[in-house]
Amino acid sequence: MIKVIVDMNLCQSHGECVYAAPDVFELGDDDQLRWQEEVDDSRREALEEAVNVCPMMAIRLEG
Amino acid sequence: MSRIVIVGAGLAGLRAAQGARNAGHEDEVVVVGEEVHHPYTRPPLSKELLTTAEHTVDDHLFPQGELEVQWRLGERATALDPQAHTVRLGDHGLDYDRLIVATGCRARPWSGPGAELDGVHTIREVGDAIALRAALTTGSPHLVIVGAGFIGCEVAASARTLGVDVTLCDVAPLPMPALGELVGERTAQLHRDHGVDLRLGQGITALVGDGEGRVAGVQLADGTRIDADVVLVALGAIPNIDWLADSGLQLDQGLVCDATLTATNDPDVLAAGDVVAWPHPLGGDAPIRVEHWTNAAEQGTLAGRNATVPHAERTPYEAVPSFWSDQYDVKIQAVGLPRRATATRIVEQTADGDRWMAIGERDGRVVAALAFNGARRLMVYRRAVGEAMPVDDLIAAVADDEKAFR
Repeated sequence: MIKVIVDMNLCQSHGECVYAAPDVFELGDDDQLRWQEEVDDSRREALEEAVNVCPMMAIRLEG
Repeated sequence: MSRIVIVGAGLAGLRAAQGARNAGHEDEVVVVGEEVHHPYTRPPLSKELLTTAEHTVDDHLFPQGELEVQWRLGERATALDPQAHTVRLGDHGLDYDRLIVATGCRARPWSGPGAELDGVHTIREVGDAIALRAALTTGSPHLVIVGAGFIGCEVAASARTLGVDVTLCDVAPLPMPALGELVGERTAQLHRDHGVDLRLGQGITALVGDGEGRVAGVQLADGTRIDADVVLVALGAIPNIDWLADSGLQLDQGLVCDATLTATNDPDVLAAGDVVAWPHPLGGDAPIRVEHWTNAAEQGTLAGRNATVPHAERTPYEAVPSFWSDQYDVKIQAVGLPRRATATRIVEQTADGDRWMAIGERDGRVVAALAFNGARRLMVYRRAVGEAMPVDDLIAAVADDEKAFR
């Protein structure tokens, strides 16, 4: 499993990660980012894309 | 041995290096950068770096992880010899097997009278932002911004946050003309509400000095003079392709590439970011060029990966362009190609009008979407743009969508 870590002090709800991996990230009605913290290895490529397109560099993966 | 050379150490260059490594390239990767800094993110230059006294480039460097790259920073590529597979760096050469051009853009300078005056700024590199910040936080200056595009508007907002008096000028009748009239009108109102003096619809004819080499004002086309202690010239950007002038590569407002970001007449040369002119499925017949962060990130990654395989195996770049601008407490976002739209209309908004979504349409189809504080709704619109959805279908879908702004 891959652990997804988002620094919410950096996140500005751009939503680029939602587009890269819609099954993992979403913006709630309050515009706050919600995400799955443990994600199957099969989604690695989409998760790396989410890391790469985050304008705030707020997303980190472990494992 | 196979060496990938990347010219340009901004976001596109960094992502290209990462893209090549992630695709399994094990031989050399060399990144040449004119600036002495490791790659840093530029959007804060018009925002946090202006408004936060203690910020330096170190606060905005990209994390590199374990990336294995030879950095040639502080070196400028001066010419390219594609036959010899050599990049000229002044008086020495650097050989490559595959080259990725990621030289980006520079700020378009003021070309009229007064360009040489002290107190006239542009903003593109971190040092520019720090210099402008120093100018804005010394005494109580009056800032005149020439050009009300993205950078001009963002700096206007940052300067107001610092309490600086701002006059924002543009020959266009509305700010951010690239996003159309609707966004322009709302953005103009936003700046007026925050006390910016807008002078739109007439050109600037000269920057005027104080007789001692310092800027003292700007002259408008109707003869009005506006006093200024600091002037920011924000007239857009010019692709850095001069060094390719004698290369034989196809240049036309950028380095012309095919859909796989490969130079049209040299399969060993690829490109990424602001500098690329390439055919996009949404763009009609003419190649497009996109000067935005996400484009540089995504194209960099793909160009890096594509550089590791032969031309026939390369993947086309077809992502829907997306970009944003933060001004005061508003996040303006756009997806698609607003310039291609022939009409724009608001599709949903909150009762107070503070949050809304609009579409740009062409031939009855959605070619762009625009959001004011609408990040959570943008996903729906991004899909619509990606598939060029008929406008009527999108409007019907939004009417049935319980999450739409009401």
